[in-house]
Amino acid sequence: MKFKLNLSSIFSQLLLLFFVILWITPTFGLLISSFRDKDQLAISGWWTSLINTEVSEIHRTKGKNEQSKENEVYFIRGNLFKEDKGKKILSFGVTSKNINAYMVGEKAVLKDKSEIVVFENGDYEWRSENEFKKKKGRRIFITAKSPPSFTLDNYKEVLFEAGLGQAFLNTIAVALPATLIPLIICSFFAYSLTWMNFFGRDILLATIIASLVVPLQMSLIPILTIYNDLGALFNIEAKSFPGIWMAHTGFGLASTTFLLWNFMKSLPNEMLEAAKVDGATHYDTFVRIVIPLSIPAFASIFILQFLWVWNDLLVGLVFLDKHPSEIILTAKLKELLGSYGENWEILTTGAFISMTVPLFIFFSLQRFFIRGLVAGSVKG
Amino acid sequence: MSFFSLISTVIVGVLFFIIYFGLSNFILDLVCKFKSNSVALENSVRAIIFIAPAFLVLFMFILYPVFETVRLSFYDKFGREFVGWNNYLWALNDPNFRRSILNNLGWLLIVPTLSTFFGLVIANLTDKIWWGTIAKSIIFMPMAISFVGAGVIWKFIYDYRGTGDQQIGLLNAIVVSMGMEPQAWLTISIWNNLFLMAIMIWIQTGLALVIFSAALRGIPNETLEAARIDGASEFRIFWSIIIPFLERTILVIWTIITILVLKVFDIIYAMTNGEWQTEVLANLMYDWMFRGGGDSGRGSVLAFCIMIGVIPILVWNLYRHRQEQKNEI
Repeated sequence: MKFKLNLSSIFSQLLLLFFVILWITPTFGLLISSFRDKDQLAISGWWTSLINTEVSEIHRTKGKNEQSKENEVYFIRGNLFKEDKGKKILSFGVTSKNINAYMVGEKAVLKDKSEIVVFENGDYEWRSENEFKKKKGRRIFITAKSPPSFTLDNYKEVLFEAGLGQAFLNTIAVALPATLIPLIICSFFAYSLTWMNFFGRDILLATIIASLVVPLQMSLIPILTIYNDLGALFNIEAKSFPGIWMAHTGFGLASTTFLLWNFMKSLPNEMLEAAKVDGATHYDTFVRIVIPLSIPAFASIFILQFLWVWNDLLVGLVFLDKHPSEIILTAKLKELLGSYGENWEILTTGAFISMTVPLFIFFSLQRFFIRGLVAGSVKG
Repeated sequence: MSFFSLISTVIVGVLFFIIYFGLSNFILDLVCKFKSNSVALENSVRAIIFIAPAFLVLFMFILYPVFETVRLSFYDKFGREFVGWNNYLWALNDPNFRRSILNNLGWLLIVPTLSTFFGLVIANLTDKIWWGTIAKSIIFMPMAISFVGAGVIWKFIYDYRGTGDQQIGLLNAIVVSMGMEPQAWLTISIWNNLFLMAIMIWIQTGLALVIFSAALRGIPNETLEAARIDGASEFRIFWSIIIPFLERTILVIWTIITILVLKVFDIIYAMTNGEWQTEVLANLMYDWMFRGGGDSGRGSVLAFCIMIGVIPILVWNLYRHRQEQKNEI
């Protein structure tokens, strides 16, 4: 009996391990790739980067202008590598037909009787009895062992040259207000739905519940039309940051209100009654009693809405320009996916940069995130 | 825009709303101090102050657009001339539309089912194992990643190089190492839909997992103990006690993922843009919103089709809400 229990426990552990590996591998591969040298990334899988890899490359020697003459013999000397990345050459060749014809240190004799030797570290010596005539050097094919090399170059390139740095700032400028504004106006709204008596309250509540599931696609065309009309009327840009803040506020309104309402109706009734008896207005009650009590709920909702806005693509595409000063991270990433389809160093790095903030929030505030989700978020 | 002007726009935007609430309530208090004759009037003015911004936003961004979109679906591409059912007839005869409907149905069948299934299985596994919390975090993590980010991650996995070249995509590397031919996965029609769905399942399983985990803790321990003493197998306990107990939770997760899947856009737009027969309604709608200067009639028809999908859930939610309200009274 005991043995059987252990067996099933081992089976459970293995099964869970399988799921965990399956789930983490894609992200792990992206992370590793974003730190890899871009030449290596293009020709070998990321899983090979943890060990030495063999690479084949083409280099060129220097030309006739660099030659020196010693004892009636002409030499061209130099190093094939432009920078030292710790590569070790195994073999080399002088024609594309046979790229590993010679081992390191072996003498390759060319048609014109000149001789080339290539050494492990990339140093080469080309000697000839006759003067070198060609301006361009000779092509040398090498096969080298390359140590795992990780670099931050991709990050530099993506942040400053590909324009992701600006997109990052733009996304912050979209996400912060688009999270705080709904939180502010919905907390007042949820308060009045919970603690104030007014005509039509139940209908309003039912409307909120219905709006929870209305797909935002239903709103895109009419709102875009309104924005365009407003833009033409007041001669301003139709696509702007305030415009997208309000759009996100609209799309997040139902879920934010619903979650806050759900939370506020669980607050102790007596406390609010007591405040009323003391002559506090609704505004005082809200600011002094309800807000301090609602901080945990605010935290959960803030995280949900912030992540939603940060990760959104559709709203950003429709309500913001693709101009560098407005484009958000997800839209930029999609643009890179189109224009740099095969440049995986740019794509993996860009994707990872767009993930930094969500992952930071995720790992530091996971508790609130889960609480918000469990509280029954259904987003329209 | 420079860094500082960005920051100041943000601060002004947020302050505007704080000042609105603070100032309007302050003025109301001031007025009431001098003319404190009607508490009822004060209360209704304050209710208006509290509700007005949220209601205006709700009206402008949800209520009005819903009716406007339905209206526009009967008008021409500029929204000027009434065209009756023409846009709907166009949709029925459009091969892309039919493809989208089929694909959306496929997504609706497969993604919620598998996400819920994996979530349930993994929640049960993590419940009993000491490193379950870490495992849960890892499987939940994709929830924090954008669909576009996930798209890049998976496009890298599906990457294809010609036969004989080094494969840098994980899937093809595995396939080649087993002695088979590498494939350009995203271009194989019908099957490519499954490769796209895998991304959504990878993300949404985490959601199902955490909600199930929370719900599992609600199962009374005595019930489980009693079943074990009676000699029920773990499998039997899972089927006869845990599943019935979680019925309600399963339904909730199912609807959440269903709503999400109906609107699936980012993944398709980023990975294939509907090519190789992977078109879905939301991507087709986006396409028609801007194609040739935009066709608001056809776009609206497509949006309305997505809406039709959520109506059963909407009605069910409202019904449930009414039951709850009744119970409270």
